[in-house]
Amino acid sequence: MSALTDLDIAAAREALATGACSAEELTNAYLEAIDGAKALNAYITVLPGKAIEMAKESDARRRAGEVGALEGIPLGIKDLFCTEGVLTTAASHILDGFTPSYESTVTRNLWDAGAVLLGKTSMDEFAMGSSNETSFYGPVRNPWRASGSDAALVPGGSSGGSSAAVAAHLCAGATGTDTGGSIRQPAALTGTVGLKPTYGRCSRWGEIAFASSLDQAGPMTRSVRDAAIMLGAMAGYDAKDSTSIDTPVPDYEAALEGGVKGLTIGVPEEYRVEGMPEEIEYLWRRGVEWLEEQGAKVKSVRLPRTKYALPTYYILAPAEASSNLARYDGVRYGLRVPGDDITAMYKNTRAQGFGTEVKRRILIGTYVLSAGYYDAYYLKAQQVRTLIAQDFQEAFESVDLILTPTSPEPAFGIGAKTGDPLTMYLNDVFTVPASLAGLPGISVPGGLSATGLPLGLQLIGRAFDEETVLRGAYALERAAGFTAKPDPWWRA
Amino acid sequence: MAEAHAALVEGATGPWEVVIGIECHAQVTSQSKLFSTASTEFGAEPNAQVSLVDAAMPGMLPVLNGFCVEQAVRTGLGLNAAINKRSVFARKNYFYPDLPAGYQISQFELPIVGEGEVVVDLADGTTRTVGIERLHLEQDAGKSLHDQDPALSFVDLNRAGVALMEIVSKPDMRSAEEAQAFLKKLRTIVRYLGTCDGNMEQGSMRGDINVSVRRPGAPLGTRCEIKNVNSFRFIGQAITYEVGRQIDLIEDGGEVYQETRLFDPRTGETRSMRSKEEAHDYRYFPDPDLLPLELTDGFIDTIRASLPELPDAKKARLVADLGLKPYDAGVLASDKASADYFERVAAGRDARIAANWVTGELFGALNKLGVDIAHSPVTADDLGALLDLIADTTISGRIAKDVFEIMVETGAAPRTIVEDRGLKQVTDTGAIEALVDAVIAQNPDKVEELKTKPKLAGWFVGQVMKASQGKANPAAVNDILARKLGL
Repeated sequence: MSALTDLDIAAAREALATGACSAEELTNAYLEAIDGAKALNAYITVLPGKAIEMAKESDARRRAGEVGALEGIPLGIKDLFCTEGVLTTAASHILDGFTPSYESTVTRNLWDAGAVLLGKTSMDEFAMGSSNETSFYGPVRNPWRASGSDAALVPGGSSGGSSAAVAAHLCAGATGTDTGGSIRQPAALTGTVGLKPTYGRCSRWGEIAFASSLDQAGPMTRSVRDAAIMLGAMAGYDAKDSTSIDTPVPDYEAALEGGVKGLTIGVPEEYRVEGMPEEIEYLWRRGVEWLEEQGAKVKSVRLPRTKYALPTYYILAPAEASSNLARYDGVRYGLRVPGDDITAMYKNTRAQGFGTEVKRRILIGTYVLSAGYYDAYYLKAQQVRTLIAQDFQEAFESVDLILTPTSPEPAFGIGAKTGDPLTMYLNDVFTVPASLAGLPGISVPGGLSATGLPLGLQLIGRAFDEETVLRGAYALERAAGFTAKPDPWWRA
Repeated sequence: MAEAHAALVEGATGPWEVVIGIECHAQVTSQSKLFSTASTEFGAEPNAQVSLVDAAMPGMLPVLNGFCVEQAVRTGLGLNAAINKRSVFARKNYFYPDLPAGYQISQFELPIVGEGEVVVDLADGTTRTVGIERLHLEQDAGKSLHDQDPALSFVDLNRAGVALMEIVSKPDMRSAEEAQAFLKKLRTIVRYLGTCDGNMEQGSMRGDINVSVRRPGAPLGTRCEIKNVNSFRFIGQAITYEVGRQIDLIEDGGEVYQETRLFDPRTGETRSMRSKEEAHDYRYFPDPDLLPLELTDGFIDTIRASLPELPDAKKARLVADLGLKPYDAGVLASDKASADYFERVAAGRDARIAANWVTGELFGALNKLGVDIAHSPVTADDLGALLDLIADTTISGRIAKDVFEIMVETGAAPRTIVEDRGLKQVTDTGAIEALVDAVIAQNPDKVEELKTKPKLAGWFVGQVMKASQGKANPAAVNDILARKLGL
């Protein structure tokens, strides 16, 4: 294996700048690595021809003196982003053969910054899941395995293809999307960095919708610095997304060295959930110490409505999804399963096209929006969502960042939770509140569990204050010194 | 003006009061659709005007067309309605192939325009005030084509996403005539405002009619909604049929069930389309792709300041300032193009004469030609010039009618016609005297007869006029005849 794939984005940027390697060489190295990692099933579509072509163009631009922020950096793109002329599936059978004639704003921004598309990474179907097991293209395997075990573990979800690809060095970085934790939880389970920006920071145009009021794209990388570099390229106002916010994109990388001295970090007692393993508690305490040691003040904060976050989320997200997914009807694109009449065609197409979890959420969403139930479920959940956002607002009056664990447990076995959706949903207990409040959150690897699996710490910040989030994350990363790598068992 | 009294319908068991409310869909006059930049032009090839958003491609997002918002506010102000500074777009969810997203973006709980009212003019000169419940913006759906293939249905998405204003009246109408008059008045208002072309044939204005009956003074009866009524004549037919059906049903001991009924223009009847039980549960909820619509006072005031004079104000002004008869003023004000035409003709001229010519000769000619005033072969300026020729006695009123006919046929200017055809009025008394002398000389027997029958004077006038080919000034002819014949 080529050592080129060991370079993270910042290091690759340096190597490309000094001429130590070309974008084409770098891309080739990743394509080889991907080819040798089929056991992980991280990619739905690999694009060797297109990737090399883009890399060559990047090299030509560099020779001409045009160097974008991600010039020549090979990326994996979650298959939720529409990519022009490239199969885009949302990991669903119902989008069979769907090749968009348009490019999502986020990926367009990345290509404009010089990045190279390696392929489309797998995910939970329509981003619904926390383990990447709902993908029509089969489960993705976590590059990490428990010490002394050969059992396949989940990479988290829904951006599990991206997290596995980043952890196994099958790309320099990847895009994810986060609706209730789909960037942060898989990052935690794979020992990588995942940043969910403020709602409205990255355009949703061309990103296949799951729950429109929550969906937000973000970077998944090996380091906090890489996350800052990538976010800078992805973010920005887009007039085509009415929920996009027109506020300048700061130099995130420049914010990293700011340190945490003078910052106040909040620790919410409500995140001490029942049955949470001691090793997670321990890591959380270590996180507090790391920040304190670097000059931050730490105080306890109250987020009293935290316990309502999961039920609120599992009303609102399915409600929006039930409507967003109505367009997959077999009429215009994707799968069509014929029937005797239009209703039969709809039923056949949607019955065969959607997987179990997607159907479950469409049913829940349809139910909570139905006449007679709307007030009790959807409306009430909206009110609670406002209160949850208020909790954070009040907390951020006295603290700059909030520190929590990312996930209540390390990676679990494939198939371990598929029979019990509620247990699966509990995996998002720490990430969902910030999603409901629209706030930025990052997961940084903090250490290993007793079984040798990565554990993540989450920092939540004020709206559009990704700079402070990244500052804090950079400080955590330095203190944690997480250098462990999975044993490359998958290599063919 | 008196408010109209409820017209009752006599049933077998006594009188019934008819209660009508209307939901009118008016297509917003705009170049592009409500949430996309695709064109709205009528008559394009199927699916030629469809954006990625209109086709609900994955990941596509709606962006509100600000011009359509202005048009809705303008319409609201024209209906004397409250403008809601905060309104919310909601999704109305249902499956149909011509609804690509599986939901229609509409407004539900918080529409852009609230309560208002419209004063409706009735044929007997009375008026009725009809309350407006709300006006909201929504997308139109596409069109399913079932007649293109024996086995398949086709879908044309050109209309999908076109902006509509749904204007909902209160149940304030009491007869088919009032319903027709309400929709006509609504059409007049939106045409004055320029917010909808009001063209029912092209479907840019459509009305769904809610009809119920009750005993006078009793609580509201159960209503039926009638769809597919796309002309004023059909509105009358549909309501008359539906009222009869409901009264017969109740008088026979039956009960009206709330349902949606379809009007069949071939039979003039309504038939059940779906019952309340079969009604869709639309699962409305705020569209998370769109932020609530917030309007500033400045935005609303700017639109208010740009409103044109509306039909009621125009009618009042035509009566008060120009001295028109209320009937003529109403006829002219009911159509903006007619009113504009009239005002151009009347400018600096006798308004009542102008009104007589426009509502009489011109409307008669247009009617005969089957064209509207926008396509009139006679321009307002030419008609005005014709009136000037009468006023300065270049031609007589009678000759003017002949000139007008030629204008209609040829589109030529009146002065040109008068000169080319030598129609100028003869006021030269010498020339008229010669004609009078000739007539007297040729008709000694009539001169004799005149002595016992003074009424014969008119015959002489006629002969002289005939001899002058109508060009002699009639007053001069009268004077000279009177003098010569000693009348």
